[in-house]
Amino acid sequence: MNRIDARFAQLKSASRKALVPFISAGDPSPDGVVALLHALTESGADLIEIGVPFSDPMADGPVIQHASERALAKGVGLAQIFGWIAEFRKTDTTTPIVLMGYLNPVEIHGYERFAHDAVGAGVDGVLLVDCPLEESQAVGAIEAAGMRRIFLTAPTTSAARLAAMCEKARGFLYHVAFAGITGANRLSLDAVRERVAAIKARTATPVAVGFGVRDADSAAAIARFADAVVIGSALVETLAGAGSAQAACDAARAFLAPIRAALDAGSAAHAA
Amino acid sequence: MTIDYSHYPDSHGRFGDYGGIYVAETLIEPLAELTAAYTRLRDDPAFIAELDHDLKHYVGRPSPIYHAQRLSKKIGGAQILLKREDLNHTGAHKINNTVGQALVARHMGKTRIIAETGAGQHGVASATVAARLGLECVVYMGATDIERQKINVYRMKLLGAQVVPVTSGSKTLKDALNEAMRDWVTNVADTFYIIGTVAGPHPYPMMVRDFNAVVGREARAQMQSEYGRLPDALVACVGGGSNAIGLFHAFLNDADVRIVGAEAAGEGIATGHHAASLAAGRPGVLHGNRTYVLCDDNGQITQTHSVSAGLDYPGVGPEHAFLKDTGRAQYVGITDDEALAAFHELALSEGILAALESSHAVAQGIKLARGMEKDKLILVNLSGRGDKDVHTIAAREGLSL
Ligand SMILES: Cc1ncc(COP(=O)(O)O)c(C=O)c1O
Repeated sequence: MNRIDARFAQLKSASRKALVPFISAGDPSPDGVVALLHALTESGADLIEIGVPFSDPMADGPVIQHASERALAKGVGLAQIFGWIAEFRKTDTTTPIVLMGYLNPVEIHGYERFAHDAVGAGVDGVLLVDCPLEESQAVGAIEAAGMRRIFLTAPTTSAARLAAMCEKARGFLYHVAFAGITGANRLSLDAVRERVAAIKARTATPVAVGFGVRDADSAAAIARFADAVVIGSALVETLAGAGSAQAACDAARAFLAPIRAALDAGSAAHAA
Repeated sequence: MTIDYSHYPDSHGRFGDYGGIYVAETLIEPLAELTAAYTRLRDDPAFIAELDHDLKHYVGRPSPIYHAQRLSKKIGGAQILLKREDLNHTGAHKINNTVGQALVARHMGKTRIIAETGAGQHGVASATVAARLGLECVVYMGATDIERQKINVYRMKLLGAQVVPVTSGSKTLKDALNEAMRDWVTNVADTFYIIGTVAGPHPYPMMVRDFNAVVGREARAQMQSEYGRLPDALVACVGGGSNAIGLFHAFLNDADVRIVGAEAAGEGIATGHHAASLAAGRPGVLHGNRTYVLCDDNGQITQTHSVSAGLDYPGVGPEHAFLKDTGRAQYVGITDDEALAAFHELALSEGILAALESSHAVAQGIKLARGMEKDKLILVNLSGRGDKDVHTIAAREGLSL
């Protein structure tokens, strides 16, 4: 069974919500990535999104742009990222990993080769920001290899498209909370709640919400109606301030712990 | 099988394997709305009349075809004819597109215009039409380009636009485009993004081409009425490719007309310091479309170099990628030095200061003319005037003005 599906099934039966941290691969330090992944799972991550740095991240705000620039300056690319994931998988065989990135690095790597290498390393899902539903070339190879292709839904997505996505969705759907770039602060809970309800009315596939989730309060508020919360820029910014690989692990723990606690308190209250 | 080039792109915005819509989900619906609005307007007689009126009375069309006789005589080969887009209002072909897109923006009820710019010509052309329609205008421009195109930056400010320096990535045109896209995705409800070249997601490569295609339509009619025949060859410079496709499009089905695009070979393609995406790049995905891009083996877009800011772009319009693969057009590199030599040659023999971008086309026209008979005709798109470049040229020649 795909690890994403297994993890969401397990969470559902435990009435828990998924905490999904996003890190930008190779930032703050390429040497510390594997330890950082373990630190994330130890502090309550249910699934990890790893951003593949790209030179032209059109959908990202300054925090993730700068993280990508730093990693690229250190030569980080897909080959290394696959190596880190394979290393992580030696001791963690259950935490799902989703690669998130832009199409060109995948296109240049080659779709078949990308799918083969990713599965070999232990990747479970792929989210290509600039590759919409209609572009099937990438999907074919990713799904044939047993990974999940994760779709984004947005506040602007039309009802007809949403229906098509819900039909094709596997793993989980990632709802972008507002029209904007990563790291912006434009969260409107009511609008997101309405959207997530509309998605859930159409599919049993779990729904994650990302963009604008920054801390325990915003995470807990989202988790009241979504299955998973994705925390990206706020974490990346915290990690960027860490002076060493060890400090980054400590910072990740300190950052995630209250968020995990808030999510669990929310589920407990709900169950009671 | 002969290809009917007038049938592209298809309804998904594809030119063969190129083009398409590769953007974040948030922009899919706004792009669909834009496509719907534009395809309705382009067949609407009232819109066409409005556009034609602006092109005539505001832009100053038609632009003439000028026979560069002294230059042609000096070269001793084919006759060089210049399509004088430099004589348009604001000094380049860019205004053809901004006048058209601004009308679309107004019809869609948008109140805010954003644009990216490299050389500043498209920024000026956008600020110009925004001023005329009373729309707010924000122009994104790479910090490096702001430094080398100071006059255009000030022109934009005089026209009431806000120029936002972009300091991410390579601080040039591609980064300005990224930043404009980020603005658009954030302010999509009231904002119209006027892309300045035939790049970006569908419908931009088609729409920008259509608005510039007036150049080729006019030129085709002028050639027939003034010379009694079509030219033997067309030459245009290719940055994103809007002036080039503008000239080429009306001639694509004229198999006897040779078509050549001149890309920026910078310090020479072998040095790696260039912006020749078609001549030296490979198929990839950048800025919303599949096309030829300059990137490394990890798929990271590489830094480009050209003496002309307007050609300093690591991608190229998808229709050019298609024309390269079908063999209908040929794309060659012109170095900084060759472009500068052509700039001086044209200034001294014809009294025309061409933009550095256009000087690449002139250089390629001169090269072609040398190998052709005197009775052959080469039509070169003189896409813009060179006033904006005099500081750059002076600096390269060790002068400060
Ligand atoms: C005069 C002139 N010619 C050509 C270009 C290149 O653009 P395109 O290839 O889209 O025509 C520019 C861009 O700024 C320009 O200002």
